[in-house]
Amino acid sequence: MKKILAGLVLMWAFGLTLFAQSSFKTAMIKGKKVYEKNCLTCHQANGGGVPRMNPPLINAGFVKGDKKKLIQWVLKGSVEKVPIDGQYYSNNMPPQASLKDEDIADVLTYIRNSFQNKGSAVTANEVKAERAK
Amino acid sequence: MKSIRFLISAFIFSASVCNNATAKTTTDSSKIKKTLPQANAGLKLPEGFSATVFASGLGEARHIAVTPQGDVYVKLSRLKDGKGIFYLHDDNGDGKADVETGFGDYTGTGMGVKDGYLYASSDEDVYRYKLDDKGKVTDPGHPELIVSGLLDRHEHESKPFTFDNDGNIYVTIGAYSNACQVQDRTKGSPGIRPCPILDSAGGIWKFSADKMNQTYGDGERYATGLRNEMGICWNNDVNALYVTQHGRDQLHDLFPDMYTTKQSAELPAECLYRLDKGADAGWPYIYYDQFQHKKILAPEYGGDGKKTAGENAIDPLVAFPGHMAPNGLVFYEGNMFPEKYKHGAFIAFHGSWNRAPEPQKGFFVAFVPFKDGKPSGPWEVFADGFAGGPQFMSPNSAKHRPCGLAVGPDGALYVSDDQGGTIYRITYKK
Repeated sequence: MKKILAGLVLMWAFGLTLFAQSSFKTAMIKGKKVYEKNCLTCHQANGGGVPRMNPPLINAGFVKGDKKKLIQWVLKGSVEKVPIDGQYYSNNMPPQASLKDEDIADVLTYIRNSFQNKGSAVTANEVKAERAK
Repeated sequence: MKSIRFLISAFIFSASVCNNATAKTTTDSSKIKKTLPQANAGLKLPEGFSATVFASGLGEARHIAVTPQGDVYVKLSRLKDGKGIFYLHDDNGDGKADVETGFGDYTGTGMGVKDGYLYASSDEDVYRYKLDDKGKVTDPGHPELIVSGLLDRHEHESKPFTFDNDGNIYVTIGAYSNACQVQDRTKGSPGIRPCPILDSAGGIWKFSADKMNQTYGDGERYATGLRNEMGICWNNDVNALYVTQHGRDQLHDLFPDMYTTKQSAELPAECLYRLDKGADAGWPYIYYDQFQHKKILAPEYGGDGKKTAGENAIDPLVAFPGHMAPNGLVFYEGNMFPEKYKHGAFIAFHGSWNRAPEPQKGFFVAFVPFKDGKPSGPWEVFADGFAGGPQFMSPNSAKHRPCGLAVGPDGALYVSDDQGGTIYRITYKK
């Protein structure tokens, strides 16, 4: 009995991991599409941005770091002259509030795990919570 | 004999640049015998031209100016060793600077020499420094403040400038917006009419070049409807102002149903304008379509890519392919280059970013032949190879990006690069 139970738990855990992996993969695929449609022109296909104008996303502290800040940045945009990873960039970041929670979650998961970044996935619920603020 | 005569004449005649540096040089014979370097510093140039790396390691080298004595000043948009302006002097005439001195603790773009002064701009102010009879700044720590308080809202924040021959300075105040939408660069956000930006930006302002502490109220909006005029140069042949505009971005991003990515990569044209007093180039309400040869109503203002508008707006003299970013403009008044270049316009194209996902374009110095202040033939690529590869998907992988231009008293063309920090010196020998 114990063995069966342990086996079930194991299978459940395995299944959960598989599910997480597949949902992560899906988010990455969907996120790339959202990126190409909404972000690529300014941040460029290689995530390198445009010198002096649009910040690079490659190995970028603000991308890998605090998810809440990153979500807010994408939702509200920015017209302030603020340093990003120590550098100043000319162009405004347009607000992307018209994107769905899920799209924002996917694209942030994508950039947090592309361009030499490594970061936890962003969920639609996290975006929803930030949007409500 | 012919070559000696050529060299002497090249030396005696003044090579007026944008900032109009007149050669009141000594007739030092050792300098006349200057040997012209052969290496091309990685650039592709027309037959007979060669280039040297005059200076390197300057970081974000924006606009440049040459003194009547042949020394180069360069403005940086990122401080190097805490300095924002560098003086470069070639001691032995080998086409490479041997002396490099920094001063000024502010960043910026504009740089010019006029009537015994060096002028420099931050993104808000214009300063000047007295030059001695050798063309060296006498008191680098205490510039005179000529104009202050110009708008810097960090988009199109550079303040390039030029001078006429009547004591005035013309300063670009770029529009802090792409297309004057309620929310900049945001899909679905409408254009504001009338565009409130035009009161204090999106144009060229004229000030006295010789009066301290001026601000908006002391100046005059000389021309308007101009998004961001990075190339700005007075043409002495016709006594008029010429500029090169960075056209609007993101037609496809903002209006995907109206413009394909390919159309968005080509449109709108980057324009070379002649600006007479009161001229309006039509931004943000129109853009220039170089295929239809028309001023097209901007989609933020109800346009559909076909409707024309801006009947009162001026037309460009040259309409270049989109987004190539003309960052520097100079009319060639030197005597070193062949006859066809005399009076013509050199334009430094910084290279595009807004063509993505299509390949990028630009990263070269172009030439437009001129006669009597008007283009007299098609434009051509003059100096290429700055970026270091045949095709670029992104400007972030370019090695060098041309930015500023100036002509020395000997007729050599100097090109600055704000990505690799190089100053090139281009010369010609028969």
